[in-house]
Amino acid sequence: MNNAIEVSELTKYYGELLAVDHNTFEVKRGEIFGFLGPNGAGKTTTVRMLTGIIKPDEGMAKVMGYNIQKEPLKAKQIMGIVPEMSNAYVELSAWDNLTLIGELYGIPKKKREEKGEKLLKDFGLYERRKQLVRGFSKGMKQRLLLCMALINEPRVLFLDEPTSGLDVESARMIKGMIRDLNKDGVTVFLTTHNMEEANQLCDRVAIINGGKIVAIDSPERLRARSSGLHSVVVSFDKPIDGKEMSRIPTVLEVVKMGDKMKLYTSEPGFVVPSLVDFARSKGLKIVSLNTLAPSLEDVFVKLSREAS
Amino acid sequence: MNDPTSFLEQLKRSFAIAKKDRIYYSKGMVVILGLMMPLFLALAYTIGRNISAEALMPGLLGMTIFFTATSVGPGIMPWETRARTLERLVSAPVSGWALFLGDVMASFLFGVLITMAVVIIAFFLGVSVVYPLILGFGMILACFAFAAFGILLSTPPSDTPATIMMLSSVIKFPLIFISGVFIPISELSYWGRVVSSFSPLTYFTDLARYCVQGRSYYPITLDFTVLLAFSVAFLILGIKLHERTLPKRLQ
Repeated sequence: MNNAIEVSELTKYYGELLAVDHNTFEVKRGEIFGFLGPNGAGKTTTVRMLTGIIKPDEGMAKVMGYNIQKEPLKAKQIMGIVPEMSNAYVELSAWDNLTLIGELYGIPKKKREEKGEKLLKDFGLYERRKQLVRGFSKGMKQRLLLCMALINEPRVLFLDEPTSGLDVESARMIKGMIRDLNKDGVTVFLTTHNMEEANQLCDRVAIINGGKIVAIDSPERLRARSSGLHSVVVSFDKPIDGKEMSRIPTVLEVVKMGDKMKLYTSEPGFVVPSLVDFARSKGLKIVSLNTLAPSLEDVFVKLSREAS
Repeated sequence: MNDPTSFLEQLKRSFAIAKKDRIYYSKGMVVILGLMMPLFLALAYTIGRNISAEALMPGLLGMTIFFTATSVGPGIMPWETRARTLERLVSAPVSGWALFLGDVMASFLFGVLITMAVVIIAFFLGVSVVYPLILGFGMILACFAFAAFGILLSTPPSDTPATIMMLSSVIKFPLIFISGVFIPISELSYWGRVVSSFSPLTYFTDLARYCVQGRSYYPITLDFTVLLAFSVAFLILGIKLHERTLPKRLQ
């Protein structure tokens, strides 16, 4: 069994709305798999179906070989989940929250306490373990949720927007921990709308829009597939109307970015000398000129637009 | 790690849920409906009337056990839905029945603790119980039946505890008045007795009257049997209905 997660024709309706549209994909063992999409694309609904929180209307999902609908207890036993919305018990202390989750996973007391202590120390919460979660900051709550997701030593970890709205330190700590867990063999399923995060962490990403997966590949291969999204960024010593540059052959689109212009093209090598000629003909001085490969964000926007 | 599909393992996990539910004992609505309400009703019933402690005790016990054991359960699901902690529980390897049984146990424990306190106070006030052991068993069984009833009352998939608490009060209050709490069943009219036979509280107050005053309307074996039947019926119905409404809570 090479796949940690297998999904076939997974579908969810909310009334008339088709929230997840017959998606099929696999996540390999030991992979960090990113699930990218704008708000309302179906990311959270997919995670909630994969983790057995809601039932799909059609299709099937397996986690480590366990069908989440037919063997939900066995599947859930080997998962860890960090949900999008904070849902630790705010009336309980951090320690009591961890104990509760440990008990719900049937972890023996001694092991639960050892693991809980280690996790709280690793995530910088040990000193505040007796404090009620009500008084925790968002970053602390998110770190606690990660501790709660890891207490059962999961083989597959689901993270729904884990760094959304966090301070830089907490976000960095969580990303570092995801990498470390992955090194230890944990498969990670990560939903995010943060392109940079997906780019930094993921082996492969799926882009979902309107409930439908529009692409699955590694970040680099997705970029390579989008050759039309290479760009040249130029700035001149004087302001210039972008419409004039759009007449340069092979330029597909011109976007103003502050005092710079971004020219999308499939042939940046042709556009650079053309820009030099353009500047000379207009009596302009080039302040800076850079060619850029497509970013994951460019790929995401393009594919999302095509899908809709 | 233990097999999550085994019955005993699930039972242990439902104890963990019950232990966690202690956070709801001090909620304002639980204190008002579970502690203040029976106290005020008891005061309204006794002040200015010449009733012996022995005559008062069965009704007071019935009211206390009914209000306390049904005060925690109705609020748990709405509170958990609103706080999104329910999602955490559902994502854990815990069966639906174990989850709801945990909530029933928490309500049961609250009912037992408060009723025990009332019994101890009554003891110090000089009230004698003729059959303490039978009363003890009856209290435990009744507490479980009412705790399961409380969970059953919270099946509408609302995330507003006040809505469910109001709804449960609408159902609970009439039961108090038809269950021999204020007037012994033997003194009710024919139709009063017919209606009261549908209330689980009737059988506990009857049982309590037997234990304190040495006489009852129904045979006590019938009281126990009916309370047991109500316990099982409420528990099964509550679990089934909650399993049906759970997806709506999680959407």
